[in-house]
Amino acid sequence: MKRFMLDEEPIDVARARCALDHAAAGAYASFEGWVRNHNEGRIVRGLDYQAYAALARDEGEAILAEAIQRFPVREARCIHRVGRLMVGDLAVWVGVSADHRGAAFDACRWIVDEVKSRVPIWKNEHYADGESGWLHPDGVSTPPPG
Amino acid sequence: MSYRLLYFASLADRAGCSGETRDSAAANPRELYAEVAAAHGFGFEPARLRVAVNGAFVGWEHVLAGGDEIVFIPPVSGG
Repeated sequence: MKRFMLDEEPIDVARARCALDHAAAGAYASFEGWVRNHNEGRIVRGLDYQAYAALARDEGEAILAEAIQRFPVREARCIHRVGRLMVGDLAVWVGVSADHRGAAFDACRWIVDEVKSRVPIWKNEHYADGESGWLHPDGVSTPPPG
Repeated sequence: MSYRLLYFASLADRAGCSGETRDSAAANPRELYAEVAAAHGFGFEPARLRVAVNGAFVGWEHVLAGGDEIVFIPPVSGG
């Protein structure tokens, strides 16, 4: 059973959340990450996500398995887009079902944070001025290309 | 030994390719990164990178074998 998926097509949330159905679950929490039209003062037109797919899938699976160990939840799933996205597109979806809402919210937040910090996926933003750039956000500026 | 390297994101842009097969005397990822960083002008210090060999994270002193697929992973920006 795959809990983490990379998707080259738009994410079908209604379909994805079916995997969270559980008769004991009284709560469902989800997170949607959208492509916004600005970042660090620049106007963003769209972006490309690139993944090291084999390791991204394994690391994503590991995160969701850890979440189910750490939090009293029934099921957890995550789908991350790859390829070209435009402003407003759904980039990442996380869904968690649990008996009670507290664990559902907590696990959902934890999963998003872990995915953002651990899974080998990179974002190349395309700006209104025609420039683009890969984001490597670890608090150190990236040397310019060339 | 012959190694297969894959490059992603800004490392691919800097190398001008998404991967290469490279003959090298490097025995571990630390030595191999020093070599390819010099060859391609990679600006990342090793402390900012993670390393994967054959699809799994390893340490910088991991002993490499001929035919290994090695990926230097710059800081990620998914989500």
